[in-house]
Amino acid sequence: MSVSVSQSNLLPTGAEFQKGLARRNFRGSVWGRFYSLSLVVAILALIALFLNIINSAVGYTITVYEVEPTALVAGGDIGSLDANQLVGILQEYQERRLPVYVRDNLSVVDPSLFTQVAISEALAGHTYPAELANLTVTELSRDQQASILAANLPLEVLRTLVRTDVIGEKVIHPYSLNESLFERARIDAELLEAQEDEPNARLEFRSWLNFDFLINPGSSDPAAAGVRTALFGTLWVIFITVLFAFPVGVGAAIYLEEYAAANRLNKLIETNIRNLAGVPSIIYGLLGLAVLVRSLEFITQGRTIISAGLTLGLLILPVIIINSQEAIRAVPSSIREASFGVGATKWQTIWNQVLPAAMPGILTGTILAMSRAVGETAPLIVIGASTFIVTDPTSPFAKFTALPIQIYQWTARPQSEFRAIAAAAIIVLLVLLLLFNATAIILRQRYRKSLQG
Amino acid sequence: MQTQLEAGREISRVQSAVAARRAQATLFKRPRPGEDAIRVYLLLCGVLSIFTTLGIIFVLGEESLRFFTSGVTDAVEFLTSIKWQPQAGEFGILPLLESTLMTSFMAMLVAIPLGLGSAIYLAEYAPSGVRTAMKPILEVLAGIPTVVYGYFALTFMTPALRGIFGQDAVQIYNTAAAGIVMGIMILPTISSMAEDALSSVPRSLREASYGLGATRFETIVKVVLPAALSGILAAFIIGISRAVGETMIVALAAGAGSNWSFPPNFFVAAETMTGHIARISGGDLSYDSVDYNSLFAIGLMLFFITLGLNLLSQWVSKRFREVYQ
Amino acid sequence: MTQNGAYAIQLKNVDVFYGPKLAVSDVSLNIQTRRITAFIGPSGCGKSTVLRSINRMNDLIPGARVQGDVTFQGQNLYAPEVDPVEVRRRIGMVFQKPNPFPKSIYDNVAYGPRLLGVRSKAVLDEIVEKSLKGAYLWDEVRSDLKKSGLALSGGQQQRLCIARTIAVEPEVILMDEPCSALDPIATQAVEDLMKILVKQYTIVIVTHNMQQAQRVSDFTAFFSIRKQEETPGKENRWGVLGEFAETTELFSSPNSEETERYIRGEFG
Repeated sequence: MSVSVSQSNLLPTGAEFQKGLARRNFRGSVWGRFYSLSLVVAILALIALFLNIINSAVGYTITVYEVEPTALVAGGDIGSLDANQLVGILQEYQERRLPVYVRDNLSVVDPSLFTQVAISEALAGHTYPAELANLTVTELSRDQQASILAANLPLEVLRTLVRTDVIGEKVIHPYSLNESLFERARIDAELLEAQEDEPNARLEFRSWLNFDFLINPGSSDPAAAGVRTALFGTLWVIFITVLFAFPVGVGAAIYLEEYAAANRLNKLIETNIRNLAGVPSIIYGLLGLAVLVRSLEFITQGRTIISAGLTLGLLILPVIIINSQEAIRAVPSSIREASFGVGATKWQTIWNQVLPAAMPGILTGTILAMSRAVGETAPLIVIGASTFIVTDPTSPFAKFTALPIQIYQWTARPQSEFRAIAAAAIIVLLVLLLLFNATAIILRQRYRKSLQG
Repeated sequence: MQTQLEAGREISRVQSAVAARRAQATLFKRPRPGEDAIRVYLLLCGVLSIFTTLGIIFVLGEESLRFFTSGVTDAVEFLTSIKWQPQAGEFGILPLLESTLMTSFMAMLVAIPLGLGSAIYLAEYAPSGVRTAMKPILEVLAGIPTVVYGYFALTFMTPALRGIFGQDAVQIYNTAAAGIVMGIMILPTISSMAEDALSSVPRSLREASYGLGATRFETIVKVVLPAALSGILAAFIIGISRAVGETMIVALAAGAGSNWSFPPNFFVAAETMTGHIARISGGDLSYDSVDYNSLFAIGLMLFFITLGLNLLSQWVSKRFREVYQ
Repeated sequence: MTQNGAYAIQLKNVDVFYGPKLAVSDVSLNIQTRRITAFIGPSGCGKSTVLRSINRMNDLIPGARVQGDVTFQGQNLYAPEVDPVEVRRRIGMVFQKPNPFPKSIYDNVAYGPRLLGVRSKAVLDEIVEKSLKGAYLWDEVRSDLKKSGLALSGGQQQRLCIARTIAVEPEVILMDEPCSALDPIATQAVEDLMKILVKQYTIVIVTHNMQQAQRVSDFTAFFSIRKQEETPGKENRWGVLGEFAETTELFSSPNSEETERYIRGEFG
């Protein structure tokens, strides 16, 4: 039953149509492949990025020790030693440097005066035997110097001293995981070569990310360097950032959603926030440098945690406002009407009804904004956080370094040992971000459940 | 009996007190100082964003003005000279701008086809299971700090390019590796914005096209993409804006020292505007030096470019948006 | 050539599923060539679902599945070698809400022919004019074919969609409540158009409006809902074909009480 009710001769029919259709379908399938391929490329890039980091963070190293750790303690783990044992090792191997350690770590007076004044003055605020108060450091015996060190220095500082000044671990050549797995022959040959100069050079399989790396402060020696200082710096900065940006951001969101009439000023604020969200982060750095670090130096003390925290706070403010606005907007207006209906004031309604209902959304948005702030590097560089710091920050007015800054500085160094610790620090940063995001996801899930229940 | 009477009296006393208060109560406005104070606080929070913008403009403008009136250079030289050598007193922004445009171009070369392609795949082809599995991956890609991308560019992309094109052709620092990795960084932004635009095209238009005997590909290219064009263009522009303002990737992988190359060579080191700001401010920088002021002049340029792109993107998405019933 | 009374489309024991859920069960009916067949029935009875299974629009819904035979000119539309793209060209569709593309009137109508590879301006012009005339829209829009299709009134938009459909010269036109979004005057225009189009095309129309079915159709299929309590409180509902007859017959002497109650407007 071949029907052709209204065929003109204008359109292709029969075989001609079939041929055209085959061509059209072919073209479609080719492009369909391309579309799915672009997603595959994105996934491959992500995999390459992670593998590349792990590749650098783990692998063989050719290492030389001045003193084998196993010669100091059975098993070679100096982490198991107490303060007296560590100081004992320092006394045994670096006896003449004991006064220097006291000066570098404990002295409160000018270094040029250190050997001339009594320790009651030089070590004010530290513990020392009362009978020695009137002696100068050089008049103390080695044992007395050692016991002062043991009594006052934190364990991790003593460990670092033992590690750098006694063990003197030196990584001659680090290898990537890839090289370690597939080019063992070349590595062995290079080890033999190295042993010609350094007879005790030996091959070790090393994860640059290890417990010591987490608790050691920064150091110019890659083998002894850790992220402790940077990690503390990052946590401090984020604390200040959130302390500032959360109340202000949520406040602005409440204002815009609940109070603002549709007038010019409020429209301007809305547009302005949208545009601020698109300003490059480095410009916030310049703002922070000129205003917080320089003009307000009398408050912020310059290149300090508080300057950095406020700068990042301004940076993530638009993100928090926009996310909070969405969360507040999602609260059904029936809740507001019910509250007004029983005679609540505007603020009572917002505080008791709207905010609790919007809070999970607001918190999720804030955590996501926080994780953006954690990874921000450019503004911190511009406001000058990139100085070499090895002491833990103790107040918002302390100078500091931060995790991304540390990664930047280590990556920028040409030596491959620094690339390896940069990779290890990246893993620390990514784990930190993962924790933030996991919190946000759990929060979101809980919220969904509480809505359903 | 007694207690009942007591209770009865108590009740009538309370009732008369309430009645007395009712008689006094009016519906007049009552002052609520607490409410007003909160209102003022919230308004200040909102207005702070305007002060931030004004602060940025003021700071950049003031320092730039000092820079242009310092006698070392002027606005004309700044905008036209192809030499940026602060030591020699040469302050022409063109070489920095050129590198910025080169890395951004390279980034868009990667991010536009891949971002749009993956958006089309996710919005039009992917079964919902694949979509829910893939979207988090793009979100992870978007959440990785830029300094990590910088590391990736320097330790993966550059060696890869040198392996492909030869050690001699590709320098250790180059704009190609930085640009390509920047493209990967921007890909999720473009992908998710474009996917939103595609998904907002009404289903009825797709059905109309299928109903006329169009294949899926024809429906996408001839109906869905044109209908979503404004959103897609807006996504591209936002992508460019992010590429121009991106700092860490170029600071680590593109190289130090300005370099005017014509015709552009993507395999040599060249410092971008952002890279220069990061490098100079990361070193020892004394306030009120010409170097210090010059950073703000570059920042002002950067601010205008990104603000212009952002406004353009908003205008495009508003201006060309189709209105469906 | 086909004669009156020949069947353009035959449905035999058709079941439609959305995922695991049965939407329509065991529909068998024959649609006559160059006649208007109306599908009526309460909401949720599956009349649109059946309509969409005729040109494989259901393929576009993830999880949708059609069992049984849908035959078009003796060919099973769900046979594996059949290309849905070709099916839809020969069995066109007009939708509930007018859905012109955000393009000019001309480009809307020329869309289908261009897909088929027609490039010549002269041929396209001829097709556009012929189709717009066929949809009785030509006189209203001939002066500004470059105007956006979205700028037309609702009724004009729907006629534009009809013109767009006939531009690819289908043999059957499926209409899914084509007048439900239109005002009475526009509805009148579209109904008049259907009566003219049926001289050349087989038309199947889903309508919620019994007067419309009575006014325009030659045959009417009444669909109704079957329910079954699966577990207490949870009910399965699916559509079945209640009655199928010539329109005058169905409305004057319905076979079943259910049909009668529906056409008297007692439920729906």
